[in-house]
Amino acid sequence: MDPELLLQIKDLQKTFVAPDGTRHRIVDVSEFSLKNDDQLALAGESGSGKTTFLNLIAGILKPDSGTIKIAGREMSALSEPQRDRLRATTIGYVFQTFNLLQGYTCLENVLLGMSFGPGADRAFAAALLARVGLGHRLKHYPRQLSTGQQQRVAVARALANRPKLVLADEPTGNLDHKNAGESLALIRTACRENGAALLLVSHDRDVLAQFETVQSLEQINRAMTPEEKRI
Amino acid sequence: MTLWLVVFRSLRQHALSTLITAFSISLACGLLMSVWVVKEQSRATFTGVNGGFDAVLGARGSKLQLVLNSIFHLEASPGNVSATDYLDIKNNPNVALAIPIAAGDNYHGYRLVGTIPEFFEKVEFAPGKHYEVEPGGNLFDPTRREAVVGSFVAQKMGLKPGDTFHPYHGLIFNEQDQHAETYVVVGVLKPSNTPSDRVIWIPLEGIQKMKGHDPKTATDVSAVLVKLKGGGAVGFRMDMMYNKQGNRLTFAWPIAMTIAELFDKIGWFDKVLALVSYLVALVATASILASIYNSMNERRREIAILRALGARRRIIVSAILLEAAAISALGMVVGFLVYLGIMTGAAKVIRAQTGIVLDPYQFNAVMLWAPAALISLGALAGIVPAIKAYQTDVASYLAPTS
Repeated sequence: MDPELLLQIKDLQKTFVAPDGTRHRIVDVSEFSLKNDDQLALAGESGSGKTTFLNLIAGILKPDSGTIKIAGREMSALSEPQRDRLRATTIGYVFQTFNLLQGYTCLENVLLGMSFGPGADRAFAAALLARVGLGHRLKHYPRQLSTGQQQRVAVARALANRPKLVLADEPTGNLDHKNAGESLALIRTACRENGAALLLVSHDRDVLAQFETVQSLEQINRAMTPEEKRI
Repeated sequence: MTLWLVVFRSLRQHALSTLITAFSISLACGLLMSVWVVKEQSRATFTGVNGGFDAVLGARGSKLQLVLNSIFHLEASPGNVSATDYLDIKNNPNVALAIPIAAGDNYHGYRLVGTIPEFFEKVEFAPGKHYEVEPGGNLFDPTRREAVVGSFVAQKMGLKPGDTFHPYHGLIFNEQDQHAETYVVVGVLKPSNTPSDRVIWIPLEGIQKMKGHDPKTATDVSAVLVKLKGGGAVGFRMDMMYNKQGNRLTFAWPIAMTIAELFDKIGWFDKVLALVSYLVALVATASILASIYNSMNERRREIAILRALGARRRIIVSAILLEAAAISALGMVVGFLVYLGIMTGAAKVIRAQTGIVLDPYQFNAVMLWAPAALISLGALAGIVPAIKAYQTDVASYLAPTS
């Protein structure tokens, strides 16, 4: 495998059992890779398995088969605590619904993004929030912020552990056009500034148009049609 | 640090249920400690009270009644002791001191007890401690209608030197039964924290010759408080003489054992109270479990987010267990206030009824083991919700999916 590659995936498969008992193969990726500093957009319709794909990369889900290698470490060879540790130190995650913890201040949300990995660094957390334009909202709670501001907190949190790879799952899905543009620019710039690769999945054409490299999930995922999915 | 932040934020997010649950723990903790301390302190204090005497000689009857009547000034007298019997024991070479007392009258429910001045002059109610009169007062003259008032009575009735009062017949206050005699208060006793604080002391003859009392018993006494010269052997011999060989009198010796028998008899009551406390503790612990368990559904998304940020299952489980223990700890802190409240009230009642003073601030081992046990039980109660938290499926709670 190429040592310059940050993420290498081979023969990745994931199936789920539907309530009616039938098994569905959601992810079936034969090969996929990402270099350090890459910024790649993955296009895909709703329900095409984008989130599952990202969760597999993040180690949140365990694949049925195949390999995922991140920063030189093979995920399937790791125990769950080791996968947690790898996620905490290597991966930043931006969710469509932001998934901010409502009982925590903006600063605490960002601190939690680094606490399980490199350790809490208040100065760096505050600097990140200042970088996303929320230096004056450190002690505000998510409910006290606009949707766009919440997304910026989520971006700051995703960068808090100085990740090598940022996964973004429809990060602009809940934002209006103006906020979506600003947020996307922020994610891309922040990743570049922090030396993190970005893998973003979206079905929004405006978002995809911003990226130099766009791949279709249909192209890399063999299990796409309902017939193909059912096994 | 992060773990405590997660615990603290969770407690705050569920503030109402946290407070209610902590309050139930505080009641359990306070109740348990109060029951335990009242039980142990009252036993230790009551069995330690002997008024400075080894034994009591009284009419044939119950030793316990005799001790309660003559030492604790509770209960009715089992009968009288003749002057001959009093002089007989007074002159016994094994007896260091024999103080006669006579009871049968009251002032607004507080007993009038007749005795001789030697009671104040010679008796050490505790090692090195004699009854003393507050400055400005003095002991009664045994030939006059004078009274020395116990500190608790003086405080409650507002009596002070120079005041006069009429005694009432019997041990229970009845306004119709007022005696004609007028007594003058000549002194107030300094607090002794003994049953003597609840008594109005008058000369022995005052009771014996009060108008309306049976003239045939005018030389009798209610009981004789006895200090022996020797040790256990002397007491044993006199016990045999009065209780086994004689059949007219009762010799209650040793006083502490008689009171200990009382506590043994009412031991079942302590056990019932302790059982109630344990049940309250159990219910309070169950309320922690229910409180956290019921909120697990809303917590699962938060747990999923923390896991997605890299928190290990171990941290999530620890946070739940710590939260349960923290609720118990919070309850324990308030529990000490509950304990102080219950103990202050109980001590007041016990002092008013018996003159015995309990100290809520005196250390007892229950103050360590009860909170420790409740915190441990609280943490145990967190195990079931912690298992649920452990099993949280991260991906499904990070919805929506795309």
